[in-house]
Amino acid sequence: MTMATAFLGGLSRLEPQPNGHHPAWLTEARRAAFEWVAEHGFPTLKDEDWRYTRLGPILDIPFEPAAAGMGHRLSSSTIDALAADLGGTRLVFVNGHFAPELSWLAELPEGATVTNLASVLAEEAERLEPLLSRPIGSHHHAFTALNAALAEDGAFVHLRAGTTVDEPIQLVFFSETAGSPLVSSPRSVVLAGPGSRVAIVETHVGVPGDIYCTNAVTEVVLEEGAAVEHYKVQDESETAFHLALLDVRQGRDSRFSSHSVALGSRVARHEVRVGLEAEGAQVSLDGLYMPRGDQHHDNPILIEHAAPHCTSHQLYKGVLDGHGHGVFNGRVVVRPGAAGTDAAQTNKNLLLSDHAEVDTRPRLEILADDVKCTHGAAVGRLDEDAVFYLRSRGVPHLAARGLLIYAFVNEMVERLRLEPLRSRVEKLVAHRLATGDEVQT
Amino acid sequence: MLRIENLHAKIGDNEILRGVSLELEAGEVHAVMGPNGSGKTTLAQVLAGAEDYDVTGRVLYEGQDLLGLSPEDRAAAGVFLAFQYPVEIPGVGNLYFLRTALNSVRRQRGLDELDAIDFLALAEERMALVEMDQSFMNRSVNEGFSGGEKKRNEIFQMAVLEPKLAILDETDSGLDIDALRIVANGVNALRSPDRAMLVITHYQRLLDYIVPDRVHVMAGGRIVRSGGKDLALELEEHGYIGLEEQAGADRSTPVGATP
Repeated sequence: MTMATAFLGGLSRLEPQPNGHHPAWLTEARRAAFEWVAEHGFPTLKDEDWRYTRLGPILDIPFEPAAAGMGHRLSSSTIDALAADLGGTRLVFVNGHFAPELSWLAELPEGATVTNLASVLAEEAERLEPLLSRPIGSHHHAFTALNAALAEDGAFVHLRAGTTVDEPIQLVFFSETAGSPLVSSPRSVVLAGPGSRVAIVETHVGVPGDIYCTNAVTEVVLEEGAAVEHYKVQDESETAFHLALLDVRQGRDSRFSSHSVALGSRVARHEVRVGLEAEGAQVSLDGLYMPRGDQHHDNPILIEHAAPHCTSHQLYKGVLDGHGHGVFNGRVVVRPGAAGTDAAQTNKNLLLSDHAEVDTRPRLEILADDVKCTHGAAVGRLDEDAVFYLRSRGVPHLAARGLLIYAFVNEMVERLRLEPLRSRVEKLVAHRLATGDEVQT
Repeated sequence: MLRIENLHAKIGDNEILRGVSLELEAGEVHAVMGPNGSGKTTLAQVLAGAEDYDVTGRVLYEGQDLLGLSPEDRAAAGVFLAFQYPVEIPGVGNLYFLRTALNSVRRQRGLDELDAIDFLALAEERMALVEMDQSFMNRSVNEGFSGGEKKRNEIFQMAVLEPKLAILDETDSGLDIDALRIVANGVNALRSPDRAMLVITHYQRLLDYIVPDRVHVMAGGRIVRSGGKDLALELEEHGYIGLEEQAGADRSTPVGATP
């Protein structure tokens, strides 16, 4: 260990406590994951995937694991106000623990199971053993290992072959602290059987001003012909930290799409890893990040084309204001034999202030023949000719800027297929633009 | 309505306007002609409030100091510039843009905003003036428009915003004869006793369609000749050759003087 930080110093506080509901294999897996963290330590700027994200601000804070049982002050209508009401099933988690009184389960088709991970662990833990007892080598960094060590709860979605869930399944992760900094470690699992279809919406919110750390892992497994849409709205407190991994494995002819919108957090890192493991799988990843003030939004992406004739498309857009810092670190690896690969990466950024910063690194590693791969990145400022054009027509200066920024963002918003969610995001983004800091003239 | 007195404009050390003076009354149409680089477009841009220039001199518009107003305040006060190169704005719908503009202007004039339905009725009526149809109203502002469509869109915007002072900057450039006729018809339909127009053009051709009350010739950043509409024909015959030397030679004489 190289860092004597508050976080590491506090590791003993974070050490997983025996949980009577856990089977022996899980207790062992948690202990091993925890030891992995103690042994390997946290990533530094020297780690390729972490070179743009300073962990200092996180590791300096003595976080404690969040216990269950908070959120008494919350009501269902508070959750409605914090997250769009999408109809359908809604699971609410407070500090990573399921809050049944705030959740509701809509009627689901017979082949669908939607519940919380802790209930599955209590009742039929063996269903999860293949996922949760994966060997230590698969913890690719300390935060995923820490999640493995500490996760108690999260969402569990299982669709049997051919099951279609029409209404989106909404997962709301709400954080609050009772004063001292808390780390929550939700672990969610989505298992989409052959030919099944579902849309999952993750919303991460917290009490403004509270200092907490969300360290979330969501795992999605798509079997042959499954179709999963994933949406994520990261609207955490701007004093909070958000570290997340979306880990996706795709079977033959499956289709996965993800749309992420990053607005909140002081430091946020939303990592997506997709394995295209069988022929004909398709993935589309969208991301919008809007850091301002001192916010930092990092988007590491790894897509592995491990089979022929798979398609991957990425479109990420950043709007950076104040001293905001954004990162697009997208890597596509085309493994030998993955012929007929179609991969495209696009990253566009709009800098609104002289102090805002973006690092963009679209990367292709092509180890196969007969592939079609494109990538592109752009960083620009507002078109001042367009601002003048709008003003000359009577649109006030700030409104003209807002209109142009919104036009840049709107492409991403329009790609959100779920209507109530699209309106919700539209409002959040418009509000963000109306309150943007450091407007330059 | 508009009185320009000894207007100078420069970018860095490059002085583009070197003392322009001009008067325009309500109901009049004046043409400003001149070779490339004579400062015509700069004059138009400065009047609309472009911030790229260091400007000195005085411009009175309806008795108020125009140079002290922001571009949006000038628009609200009734100044409109049809751009030589209309800007493409991807992602902003043409109609949405124009409704935002009209309502901004109406708000600043103390009028009620138009709702979507009333606005659409107005827009459809004014579209007919420049023979535009609904299809490119829903496209992004000027994005992918042909040269002619862009210029028609400018005149359409003018028809909706109903300015008191319209400045048309080379609205004829890049137009074929049919598009020119459409644009000119639109402009003529908007001529009124309350409205003044400054028509900037390189070629006399446009003035066959939009007949001016007066013609001013710019060269070297100043107005070197002014006259009636026949002056345009004379220029067409003899070209701009000689005007630039004239501008140089006249530099010490009072601006706007007719030789």
